[in-house]
Amino acid sequence: MAIAPQHELHRRRMGRNIGLAAVLVGMIVIVFGLTVVKVTRGDPMAGFDHVVEPRIIPQEDSE
Amino acid sequence: MTDASLNSDIQPAEAGFGDFFALLKPRVMSLVVFTALVGLLVAPIGVHPFVGFCAILFIAVGAGASGALNMWWDADIDRVMTRTARRPIPAGKVAPGDALGIGLALSGFSVVMLALATNLAAAALLAFTIFFYAVVYSMWLKRATPQNIVIGGAAGAFPPMIGWVAATGGVSLEAVLMFALIFMWTPPHFWALALFMKSDYNTAGVPMLTVTHGRRVTRVHIWVYTLLLAALAVGMGFSGIGGPLYLAVAVVLNVLFIKGAWGIWRRDETRAEADSYRVEKAFFRLSLWYLFLHFGALLAEAALRPFGLGGW
Repeated sequence: MAIAPQHELHRRRMGRNIGLAAVLVGMIVIVFGLTVVKVTRGDPMAGFDHVVEPRIIPQEDSE
Repeated sequence: MTDASLNSDIQPAEAGFGDFFALLKPRVMSLVVFTALVGLLVAPIGVHPFVGFCAILFIAVGAGASGALNMWWDADIDRVMTRTARRPIPAGKVAPGDALGIGLALSGFSVVMLALATNLAAAALLAFTIFFYAVVYSMWLKRATPQNIVIGGAAGAFPPMIGWVAATGGVSLEAVLMFALIFMWTPPHFWALALFMKSDYNTAGVPMLTVTHGRRVTRVHIWVYTLLLAALAVGMGFSGIGGPLYLAVAVVLNVLFIKGAWGIWRRDETRAEADSYRVEKAFFRLSLWYLFLHFGALLAEAALRPFGLGGW
């Protein structure tokens, strides 16, 4: 008996791979979405990337 | 070895995606999703919809993980019972080690992600729930005591509490009441099933109350638990998450439930066998609606609240 080019086993393996890919893509979407929600809601963070943070500029004496 | 024999050797071990998904007990997960969602939505503090969605997802994944660990541990008795013989491990589709790996990995993943999405208290409660179901219930007590159903019910009762904690950050009376409702509902629900599905548990040697203490005692237990459950369910109507609508639903359902439990208590085996356990089966079906409608009514109260209608 010759091995069929597209065996039932290949179909199941393909289904498993597609399922796993969908789970991984879903995870990326969830982690990205959570990050966006938490950042836009202003959860605890400094938020001074690429901008000068006034607090760290040395204060000059006024006199 | 011919090609044909090679194929027939490999085929059963090659699991599809659905076989791995079945390890997570999707039907149990659907109940977890629903009750956790209600717990989250009836909480007085709102959460961002996406955070809420993630919280429910991670609670469901955690429940699924504990289901996979349970299937790994119970594979030997699942093989014996007709109801569970087609599960992925006894059916030879998934290797026991794979199920253990998936269970452990998803447990860790769900707890960490719930902590990141919501708070540490909710994550700790989810971790405890997984431990309780997989270790305390499945490994220690399921095969050791006829009160296994009561203990297993506790694990199933945590999801609405986790949903509540995910929203509020702490446990309160309302969360405990939702826990108690499922905890008290589980024994009569499963013992009714055990009364008309007797051969399964007998064969596996799991000490069900029906086997260890007899069917008369089981009927008494169903009656007593139903009375306690009814008092709790109606009493919950006067709590912060209850209201007139919930109370009305609870009164009707509990009158029906008590009537069903009374019918079970009054019957003996001869009469039950004569009509193929008609009363027990009707009670079991009602118990499914019972939980769904109680939590549905709590959700309705919360949904009506913004319009000044829900609650007292």
